Amino acid sequence: MADAAAIRDEAARLLAFFEARGAVRVETPVLQPAETLLDLYGEDIRARAYVTADPVVGEAMLRPDFTVPVVQMHMAHGAEPARYTYAGKVFRKQEEATHRAPEYLQVGYEVFDRADPAAADAEVFALIAEVLAPLGLRAATGDIGLLIAAISGLTTTARRKAALLRHLWRPRRFRTLLDRFSGRAPAPAGRADLLARADPMACDAPLIGLRSAAEIAERIEALREDAAAPPIPAHEVRLLTDLMALRETVDNIAEHLQDLAVDMPAIAPAVARFTARAEALAAHGVDITRLDFEGSYGRTSLEYYDGFVFGFYAETRPDLPPVATGGRYDALTRVLGQGGEIPAVGAVIRPELALQVAEGRA
Amino acid sequence: MSVKLGVPSKGRLMEKTFDWFGARGVRLALSGSEREYSGAVEGIDGLELVLLSAGEIPRELAAGRIHLGVTGSDLVREKLGAWDEKVAELEPMGFGHADLVIAVPKAWVDVTTLDDLDAAAAAFRAAHGFRLRIATKYHRLVRDYLREHGVADYQLVDSQGATEGTVKNETAEAIADITSTGETLRANHLKVLAGSPVHRSQATLFKSRKAQWSESDRAVLAALKARLGFGD
Repeated sequence: MADAAAIRDEAARLLAFFEARGAVRVETPVLQPAETLLDLYGEDIRARAYVTADPVVGEAMLRPDFTVPVVQMHMAHGAEPARYTYAGKVFRKQEEATHRAPEYLQVGYEVFDRADPAAADAEVFALIAEVLAPLGLRAATGDIGLLIAAISGLTTTARRKAALLRHLWRPRRFRTLLDRFSGRAPAPAGRADLLARADPMACDAPLIGLRSAAEIAERIEALREDAAAPPIPAHEVRLLTDLMALRETVDNIAEHLQDLAVDMPAIAPAVARFTARAEALAAHGVDITRLDFEGSYGRTSLEYYDGFVFGFYAETRPDLPPVATGGRYDALTRVLGQGGEIPAVGAVIRPELALQVAEGRA
Repeated sequence: MSVKLGVPSKGRLMEKTFDWFGARGVRLALSGSEREYSGAVEGIDGLELVLLSAGEIPRELAAGRIHLGVTGSDLVREKLGAWDEKVAELEPMGFGHADLVIAVPKAWVDVTTLDDLDAAAAAFRAAHGFRLRIATKYHRLVRDYLREHGVADYQLVDSQGATEGTVKNETAEAIADITSTGETLRANHLKVLAGSPVHRSQATLFKSRKAQWSESDRAVLAALKARLGFGD
């Protein structure tokens, strides 16, 4: 295990590297209002972030990541385009018996730039690849944008698409819904019975609580619509499943995706973005004939990524978490932007992992 | 040194625990007056009775201050993160049964399963601007369960008592609480979601993995296990 001073030095070195490449150094508070993070990530974040109480702010969390406060800072008073770098600790409660560190340093690089998203994706990836090159890491990439496009293009109701998109980051739940919407799993027990009643709203108990009769009636209507909707065609489910199961190098995937787009025209714009990114990566000197692509990559990470996603792994140390991770999070800027939005992509490196891998190689 | 056995200090849980051990040839009793929290053990040498609140027994086991303890399986899972690293279940004791369940207003005719709850939560958030509130004191158990089942757009609000009343009082939309007969839920116009409960709890004899187990302590444990009639 590298000592704390060496980890600090490594963080400083990485920070200086990003500054030298034109990033502006920024700081964010360690204490973050809990409400923002809870609304973004849901109650699960409580299991992962340290929650504390501030007498004025109310519930606060020790910064579980930098992306949210950096986006907030940029959306509040950032000039465009912007490139930021930062170094500091993040705090993650380890309730499960993973024995991973509850606090560790991260050094990040974030790009807010409307001009050319494919180029920005490639720029961030290539910078991380460059600074970590001596470690001989394996990079894995994915594209949440392709999955979102494929789901949005399914032949089915808007409600079903919204439900699938909402659970894209919960693979088990997603599978259950997809099976049901495609007629491969039956509707939940009791549903047909409810809809067959002369007055489904009839109940011998009084309605209590905030959820109104109108809301219940609306959901019954939604259930009726769902019961009447034809199943998602089997070939579309197969294409989506194929897309999620893809594992190939980026250059081979580009070709494969063109073929998929013939049968699934809805993904054509996302495929065009993928191709543009692959070209931009190659232009940055990344060898895309050896760069892995995984169709489902990023589906189990924090759910703000909505485009390009990637991670760098030490193949000699499968026990370690990824040394670096990153991706595009345009939608997050919309959620936090109070009316504004801007395409954004970024990545973080964990300096102590970089040192551990380097020591293993020495 | 002796092996410390933590037992709930009052009520039915204490009596049932005494009965359970008694039926297996280990007599536990309060020593001195009924109000004095100290106990005596007959039938096993080197076993010491420690009377504690049932809610504190998980913590004492995890800290290694007691070697053995009787408490609800729900309390151990709720109060200890990575509980199975800190304690081991020696024997479920067959009493103190209660289910931790999620309940919603009975008038929610459209909600019978977790799937429905998830869909209702999404719509509720869109309509009201905040996540659907579930009142409970079992935060860890409920959160783990809902994550495991992929339910989103909810929030847990803390309720340490009279949880069934929170929906009518409009401080929560649903509740998660312990029930044995469901009587209180029905009286408050609530119904339990279909499917298996969040957790089926019962009084359980736990062993601390964190306590110091000397050789003589291990011998006492072996003798106790033999007397209670379960092997290793």
